[in-house]
Amino acid sequence: MPLTQIAQFGVNRLSILDENGKADEKLLPPLTPPQLIALYIHMLQLRIFDDKALKLQRQGRIGTYASSLGQEACTVGSAFALKNQDWTFPAFREHGVFFTRGVEMVKTLQYWGGDERGSDPGEGQNCFPVSIPVGSQPLHAVGCALGMKYKKRDAVAVGYMGDGGTSEGEFHEAMNAAGVFNAPVILICQNNQYAISVARKNQTAAQTLAQKAIAYGIEGLQVDGNDVLACYLATSIAREKAISGKGPTFLEFETYRIGDHTTADDSTRYRTKEEIAAWRAKDPIARFETFLLAKGILSPSLIDQIKQEAVAKVEKAVQAYETMPPQKIEDLFDHMYAITPKDLAEQKRAYVGFRQTHGKENQPDTIGPGFP
Amino acid sequence: MKVNMIQALNQAMDLELQSNPDLVVYGEDVGKDGGVFRVTDGLQAKHGSHRVFDTPLAEAGIIGLGIGMAAYGLHPVAEVQFSGFMYPGLNQLISHASRIRNRSRGRFSCPLVVRTPCSGGVKAPEHHSESSEAYYIHTPGLKVVMPSTPTDAKGLLTSSMREKDPVIFLEPLRLYRAFKEEVPEEQYATPLGEAFIRQPGEDITLITWGTMTLACKEALETISQNEKWSIELIDLRTLSPIDWDIIHKSVRKTGRCVIAQEAPQTLGLASEVMARILENDLLSLEAPVRRVTGFDTIMPLLKNEEHFIPHADRIYAAIQDVMRF
Repeated sequence: MPLTQIAQFGVNRLSILDENGKADEKLLPPLTPPQLIALYIHMLQLRIFDDKALKLQRQGRIGTYASSLGQEACTVGSAFALKNQDWTFPAFREHGVFFTRGVEMVKTLQYWGGDERGSDPGEGQNCFPVSIPVGSQPLHAVGCALGMKYKKRDAVAVGYMGDGGTSEGEFHEAMNAAGVFNAPVILICQNNQYAISVARKNQTAAQTLAQKAIAYGIEGLQVDGNDVLACYLATSIAREKAISGKGPTFLEFETYRIGDHTTADDSTRYRTKEEIAAWRAKDPIARFETFLLAKGILSPSLIDQIKQEAVAKVEKAVQAYETMPPQKIEDLFDHMYAITPKDLAEQKRAYVGFRQTHGKENQPDTIGPGFP
Repeated sequence: MKVNMIQALNQAMDLELQSNPDLVVYGEDVGKDGGVFRVTDGLQAKHGSHRVFDTPLAEAGIIGLGIGMAAYGLHPVAEVQFSGFMYPGLNQLISHASRIRNRSRGRFSCPLVVRTPCSGGVKAPEHHSESSEAYYIHTPGLKVVMPSTPTDAKGLLTSSMREKDPVIFLEPLRLYRAFKEEVPEEQYATPLGEAFIRQPGEDITLITWGTMTLACKEALETISQNEKWSIELIDLRTLSPIDWDIIHKSVRKTGRCVIAQEAPQTLGLASEVMARILENDLLSLEAPVRRVTGFDTIMPLLKNEEHFIPHADRIYAAIQDVMRF
């Protein structure tokens, strides 16, 4: 018997804005000028926030921080396509998702500054807190989507991960379950080319990450992750599809982490200057800015104004972070269970009492030189 | 009507599915097949495949999906088929389920029940007979339950399905069909966190849970024939949080204590019970506290598992030691 081809698959890539900010007009999403400006503002604010957070870490004012420099289009573009009733399940480099969805910046500073209150996104914000274990949170997005389906809600769940996350077993379980249950979920991989120091080519032998969707019977799409319009459009289409019952989508946002993995990492050990420079030339903000200027939607003076406002907003968040009263000791114990068990209440009572008698009640720890 | 533990658990889920529209029962084989032990038998036919459904074979997946469903407002009741298959799901339990409330400062919660068999004694293959309760108890944020009778199984599972926090519900394999008893037909909830005195006594406190309650009862029968000691048997029922009050009260009364667990000895729950008794009740003690436990070995295959599982004679011997100290 000769071999017979029984199935054929392909992988598509979506790109709207080229590296010179020139758009494929046919593909432009139907966004109004104020919406386009909002996208730009979100990206710029995120970049200014990142820059400030790195400085704060160097000064010992927050702990280890994970920069999203260069990846602004991924988080801002995707989150901009969501509605409030949608739920997001981030990894740890998705600050842009929080900000774009309206979570206060101060929360992210609190979180990376070691104040657990930063993980509460605030009333009505359907933003799950940061997941540090890699690749395990896409399952929560799929489960949440099952809940949406069960309750017949017009909403989607979005799970984020990095390229390293796609090597984890639970990524497979999430993709598989998403397909089996036809869940209204979007799984987004920010493929920033490195899992700490391990390059994408050492992460998987697959030619693209998007093609991994094929094995699970769901749609996969590679998206230019430095093109905010493509990130927005892909997420929008996936959202519409999910809501109309047509199932999950896996999006690979191909991008690059310009900074180190975190402030505890030194990427010069494993990356070349040339490689970084080549990706800097694909900068998502500069590209979008050129596009908006050419369209007459932005002007140099408006850019200046947006920058000033962004700096002011970030500074205000920093001030709010640094003037916040410290967490109370009780706060360590009070969120473990809906009703604190007697034994844990006793541990709390004993420790609060100990701190009071030893005069160190609620004294915050200094952050110091930090990890590692 | 007299029912065994499997039927009692089935009743609990059936009644809760009727009264709570947000409750879903799911896992591998739970739907059409009714679970490999038939605990979910008939539930899909009665409540529909949107309420009772099969999942792909994936333990982390089963638990991880439950976390998302629970966060969204469902009350998922998951089944993981065998205790030894829980380990691939431990990441989801330890890294996520137990932390969602704390991590989000109470904004989100994880009212998920994970049901799984535990312990040995039914001659099952490797990885089917583990007593791994210590892993779960050692994880802050989880509640751990292990019933030893059909009546408790139904009441405790009902409570677990109404919890606002994740519960690991461990079902001792050996007790599934070991005996039947009269169980109220209606829905009832036995509170978590409360131990039960199965037999009151004055001379020595015998503390146990799950499978070992059978061996302890057997030991008590032999003792009642041979000795005049009055033994208080405490069944913990909920392993996290533990009912410390009942333990301390009893040990202060009797001054003697033996703890029986099937799990390996080192750092098992018996160790913690001993430590607490020493911290709190030292001056009431008339003799050292003794543990009767499994060994720090892998649970043997079927021909030898009865060596691992503490028998009534080992419990009797420990009680003799303590009484005659």
